[in-house]
Amino acid sequence: MSTIGLETPVGREAPAHHEEDTGVWSWITTVDHKRIAIMYFVAATFFFFIAGAKALVIRAQLMFPGQSLITPELYNQFFTMHGTTMIFLVAMPMAVAFFNYLIPLQIGARDVAFPRLNALAFWIFLFGGIYINSSFLFGAAPHASWVGYATLTSPEFSPGQNTNFWLIGLSILGIASIMGGVNFITTIINMRAPGMKLMRMPLFTWMTLVTSFLLITAVPVIGVALIFLGFDRLFGTVFFQPGGGGDPVLWQHLFWIFGHPEVYILVLPAFGVISDVIPTFSKKPLFGYPIVVYAGILIGFIGWGVWSHHMFTVGLGPIADSFFVAATMIIAIPTGVKIFNWLATMWGGSLKFTTAMLFCIGLLAVFTVGGLSGIMHASAPVNLQQHDSYFVVAHFHYVIVGAAMMGLWAGLYYWFPKVRGRFLDETLGKWHFWTTMVGFNLTFFPMHFAGLFGMPRRIYTYSAELNVDIYNQLSTVGAFIFGISSVIMVWNIVKSWRSGEPASANPWGAATLEWATPSPPHHYNFPRIPTVRSREPLWHKQEREEVLAVTMPEPEEEPVMPNPSYWPIVLAGAITLSWALVMTGVWWIIALGMLPVILAMFMWAFEPAFPEGHGH
Amino acid sequence: MAQAATAAVDEHGHTSTGVSNWKVGFWTFIASECLFFGTLISTYMVYKGRAVVGPYPDEIFDVLHTTISTTVLLFSSLAFVLALHAVQNARKKAGILWLFFVIAMGAVFLYMEGTSYLKYIDYGLTLGSSTFGSAYYVLTGTHKLHVILGIVWIGALIWLLFRDRIPPAKSEQVEIAGLYWHFVDIIWIVIFTLVYLIQ
Repeated sequence: MSTIGLETPVGREAPAHHEEDTGVWSWITTVDHKRIAIMYFVAATFFFFIAGAKALVIRAQLMFPGQSLITPELYNQFFTMHGTTMIFLVAMPMAVAFFNYLIPLQIGARDVAFPRLNALAFWIFLFGGIYINSSFLFGAAPHASWVGYATLTSPEFSPGQNTNFWLIGLSILGIASIMGGVNFITTIINMRAPGMKLMRMPLFTWMTLVTSFLLITAVPVIGVALIFLGFDRLFGTVFFQPGGGGDPVLWQHLFWIFGHPEVYILVLPAFGVISDVIPTFSKKPLFGYPIVVYAGILIGFIGWGVWSHHMFTVGLGPIADSFFVAATMIIAIPTGVKIFNWLATMWGGSLKFTTAMLFCIGLLAVFTVGGLSGIMHASAPVNLQQHDSYFVVAHFHYVIVGAAMMGLWAGLYYWFPKVRGRFLDETLGKWHFWTTMVGFNLTFFPMHFAGLFGMPRRIYTYSAELNVDIYNQLSTVGAFIFGISSVIMVWNIVKSWRSGEPASANPWGAATLEWATPSPPHHYNFPRIPTVRSREPLWHKQEREEVLAVTMPEPEEEPVMPNPSYWPIVLAGAITLSWALVMTGVWWIIALGMLPVILAMFMWAFEPAFPEGHGH
Repeated sequence: MAQAATAAVDEHGHTSTGVSNWKVGFWTFIASECLFFGTLISTYMVYKGRAVVGPYPDEIFDVLHTTISTTVLLFSSLAFVLALHAVQNARKKAGILWLFFVIAMGAVFLYMEGTSYLKYIDYGLTLGSSTFGSAYYVLTGTHKLHVILGIVWIGALIWLLFRDRIPPAKSEQVEIAGLYWHFVDIIWIVIFTLVYLIQ
């Protein structure tokens, strides 16, 4: 450690890029994982409101039969962009915000493995998100639903730039996802503190690892599918064009080979969060830690073999269908095991019902409902009845909002004191939780009935003869309550950020390493790297004293951290621009668009990552 | 120097696995690339027989021509191994020379494949002529793009070597480019086997 201090060049102020740097420029050029995490969270919350507003318009349109508040074309754009935004610009980046903030802290590292790459991934995500939403300004927002089935996306049926915005936007976001996956796998595999064996890692770190593997394996598949689609639309290939011999079902296969692991990409981080939160507020170690880890890994593996349960109506034949029915039902086993592990953790614990804990319990309740309806349409014959109905809409909102978002909100209340050094307001938090529970269930539970009574999804309006008015009205009222709950959340964050109650280093009495740092942590996280001897280093008296003796005192010399850099944002801008130029469909413009990317890559490569005397 | 850089994140100056971050990260990326090419190749395998209009694979592929270009590409991998060995042993000039050979052989491969493209277009096989044409050009075109990127990367390494910026202690920079180059080669062997040999 001291040798690093000696290497600090003379004349360089030690805290040059210290966290006290607060100007806009310091955020634009930051490579600090904690700041990048905060930017991810803010951006994801911003997109959450954009996509939520679209949902409210959709619900208003569906409140009464035969309404026409908006045009059918705009309705198509709204439900397409609601789904696309919620999945790619809200649920995924919100989870990545937590990965970013917590992984280095939980494993005892000072940053991620590739800090500049991390910043690059963030800016690509942000620009990609802005790009795909900018389509509304041109009146050409994507309109073929978030699954973009062929042949709805064929040039013939989707002329104009709408679908181009969608496929190019998703490709841009995919680049960021793969970068993130590579970065977190490397960080977790390679940068653990001494003694932090794999089977001592916090569950959140474990689930991040599994999620990252899913990202790097699933995203390339949709990447190729999007390339095919782009070629079909811009360069006349026939991948999904039946007229030329292409097969639209290929799109469905490729999309769902990505799309189903994607479900676990969304849900596993939330499972990780609550596996850390529940033990803290139960004052008990996680029940059956290895089982929870293996169940998570197993979900990741089996999650790769169930994609065709989205395609039972295609007619793949009884053998294929039976296989996917079986695989889908099997995946319920590790998931169920996890739920029992969480319940057993709480069993006999001294429970503390903070807002974070309430969201965990809410997740268990709501996700179980979603899991049960999932098992219902895992059965192919039942699925044929439910396919493309509101029953499915109810199911996947129970899974994605009920598990992914509830888990992340639990994480928000749990780790906010670490990020800010102040608690989120618990009273507002309880309001947030209960309005969420009431609003969410009121919105989505009636959809089960609407669906079973025959209301198709993605439909502009419905006739009064269907007799589903009451369910739609309940859903609409619920949706607005749910909307209010989100406003409460943001108000809580803003208020507590400024004047929340001060929090100590380990305000909840938690067990894991991130709580062995001051709140908020130093920009270098740990002055010296602690040695870990158990899964709950802060719950064993002697180990806690040893760890805190290493992590808490101010160092004489601050550790050297990577330089800030503006090349990530420049390169991200160049990449987004070059992809956007693909829309022109002109070879030489596309080739020309590559030049700034290559130039920015070279400038990046030749810029020293560390202060002079410390870098590669 | 390299030690100090990792020291900023790990005071003991080593990683949990003993393998550098760059190498772990790059292997992870290669895993991702495997799924990428896997999807392209699977699509080709599904689509090549579904072409409703010709030309068909067995009518146009010239196996001898492609065998020669494949051999050239394989030998470029050998040249890369020798280049890395030279750089690791501080033989800068030999390193630069071998890397030049790698680029040259990559260029020959691209040239030969480019002439094949022109010939196939003459036969009437285009991006939009059939599922076979679409899948063939997008698969092999993506591979060629990888070769081109590899050539640009190796060009940058030559420049760095020339400027004495890659001493033996930093030879990992060359090694990682080598991982990439060998990977692109191996993918081509798979493509060669599945596309050209098993028609």
